[in-house]
Amino acid sequence: MREVAIVAYAQSPQVRQEKILNEVEMLMPVIEAALTEAAMTMNDIDFVCSGSCDYIAGGAFSFVGAVDALGATPSKMESHVEMDAAWALYESWLKIQAGEISSALIYGFGKSSVGDLPDVMSQQCDPYYLAPLWPDSISMAGLQASALLATGRYTERDFAEVVVDSRRKAKANPAAQLSGDREVEALLTAPYIASPLRRHDCCPITDGVSVLIITDKSALPKTTKKPVYIRGIDHRMEAHQLGIRTLSESGSTTQALAQAKLQAGIEQFDIAELYAPFSPQTLILKDALGLDDQVDINPSGGPLAGHIMMSAGLDRFGMSFRALQKDEVTTALAHATSGPCLQHNMVAILEAG
Amino acid sequence: MTVPDNSLLEADFELGFTYTRSPGIIIGKFLAALKQQKIYGIRANDGSVLFPPTEYDPRTAESLDDFVPLSDRGRLLYWTWIDQPRDHHQMSQSFAFAMIQLDGADVPFLHRMLADSPEHLSSGMAVKVQWAEERRGAITDIHGFVSATGG
Amino acid sequence: MDIDLDPIEQFDAPIYHRYHATSSRAITPFLHAMKRGEILGHLSTATGKVLFPPLGACPESGEATHIPVILSDTGTVIGFTTVHLPIPGSKLVPPFTVANILLDGADQACSHLISECDIDEVAIGMRVLAVWRPAEVWNNSLENIEYFKPTGEPLVDIDALQQQCLAKAEQRKEAAKGGQDA
Repeated sequence: MREVAIVAYAQSPQVRQEKILNEVEMLMPVIEAALTEAAMTMNDIDFVCSGSCDYIAGGAFSFVGAVDALGATPSKMESHVEMDAAWALYESWLKIQAGEISSALIYGFGKSSVGDLPDVMSQQCDPYYLAPLWPDSISMAGLQASALLATGRYTERDFAEVVVDSRRKAKANPAAQLSGDREVEALLTAPYIASPLRRHDCCPITDGVSVLIITDKSALPKTTKKPVYIRGIDHRMEAHQLGIRTLSESGSTTQALAQAKLQAGIEQFDIAELYAPFSPQTLILKDALGLDDQVDINPSGGPLAGHIMMSAGLDRFGMSFRALQKDEVTTALAHATSGPCLQHNMVAILEAG
Repeated sequence: MTVPDNSLLEADFELGFTYTRSPGIIIGKFLAALKQQKIYGIRANDGSVLFPPTEYDPRTAESLDDFVPLSDRGRLLYWTWIDQPRDHHQMSQSFAFAMIQLDGADVPFLHRMLADSPEHLSSGMAVKVQWAEERRGAITDIHGFVSATGG
Repeated sequence: MDIDLDPIEQFDAPIYHRYHATSSRAITPFLHAMKRGEILGHLSTATGKVLFPPLGACPESGEATHIPVILSDTGTVIGFTTVHLPIPGSKLVPPFTVANILLDGADQACSHLISECDIDEVAIGMRVLAVWRPAEVWNNSLENIEYFKPTGEPLVDIDALQQQCLAKAEQRKEAAKGGQDA
């Protein structure tokens, strides 16, 4: 397999509402920042791939408009997924493996404040049995949390501890929307919004964009001090109907990890960035991945500190890349998810070069 | 009123996606039966009964067509209480989204659980269908589930 | 067993989503200008081209644009189509002609209606003039222009027009560079 490295990552601030800039205006400076970090220009980029969803801001074909931010003259080799941009990264990685390209710029964007994200997410559901009931994303996560509590493995206190940990770590992440010192006891007095979930158990509505650049080892920019290699990557999907799945577990995550480990030959991780938009999902994923307390989980604060819908999975790769720039961190696990209640999961193993 | 120049302009808008769905033969028959207050599951090749019926086994992708009549009663497994329903929920009062397993079915499914408060709900409690007053051949012909023992 | 009923064949399942939109940094001045009866484009300093409608990004260079340029309400048809089928939800009664119009001073065409002439008369290179709605009903949109009508001037050779536009853009690009250097 070809050695593929992350060489740059940039993200806009993860704000509750970006009133002034549209998606293209948000993207332009972040693309420029990523290119600057990689010491590249758009002419050095062989392939561009993005992840976004038109329903989120109600703009038809907004991903076509976003191409304006690239300066698409001469025309670019471009693709788009109506999924989290982590899957745009996967497509780009495959293209490098196929030998078609040696560099790719990947971006994701979401302006969730324009619409009603939990309602929009219910449109992922099958149109005959689920969508007519409009189970919004928070309600479905509430059901999953309830299933997890029913196993007796965790309590609501454990959910709150995940939140306290996220807010505390996010203090070191200037782009985070939510950070600070919180107390478990205080969190547990908050009312439910979809029992057993409280507002703080849910990722915040976030406007933002992020950009990541990968290259084949042969095309590594000369200025890159510490490339981060994608040593293993795999994704697996489960059945859509919730009743068919065991919601308190994430078998697809375990499978994807096994495959990624096989590719990477790496078993231990210093950090893990998990795309768990709801606090109980962090616990489900931790178990599915077999992570012990030695692993620093979501050092960026994770999605509970800021959640750019359609880019939060790509951000797990980006945040891992940043953590791996430090001397004491050499291996990371990046996870991305898609679909209601962790239906579809990607696991990648990253190593500092 | 003069608007100062270059102030941001704001507007609400609504997007409508006016889809017409074709559910196919298996789901179409199930929905036709639901309209008549009859409930069917479908038998998977391993003998288990799936509800709601799908034209394929979601675990093996084999095609299925052996309907199994089911009662309008089942068990509440777990739920999330929605204190303040969203407009799209089409519910005027608090309710729960719940995983319910119909008697005779081997897997649970998601629907609404109706109760005065979450204190009235317990895992494993017996529940029964409350039919919608107007039925048109849709999953919402089941308005929700209520306690089978009253209270 | 089978279910001895005719399957439900089709059902309406409309979905409605509500949004709250805000005009962006780049588009806001354009929308305010429309209400004043002015047509505002953006100069791309990277290419020297004047973009209309201005979206805040130069699609050729990927750079942000913000320098306003007031455009004329006259222009040249560089392409057109005549629509004979009614469009659901549209107020327009077919047949009607939609043209790509390059406004004088712009390097990017916009689409608008052509009227006050026979459909057969519309031609590539035709010179046209905006017909504005009464000022009392002006709002923040391009709808303030009801349609474009022919000016009666002779047809323009659009290949020559393209060369003129490119030459002017090159001049503006050099001027913008000079401005930066100074």
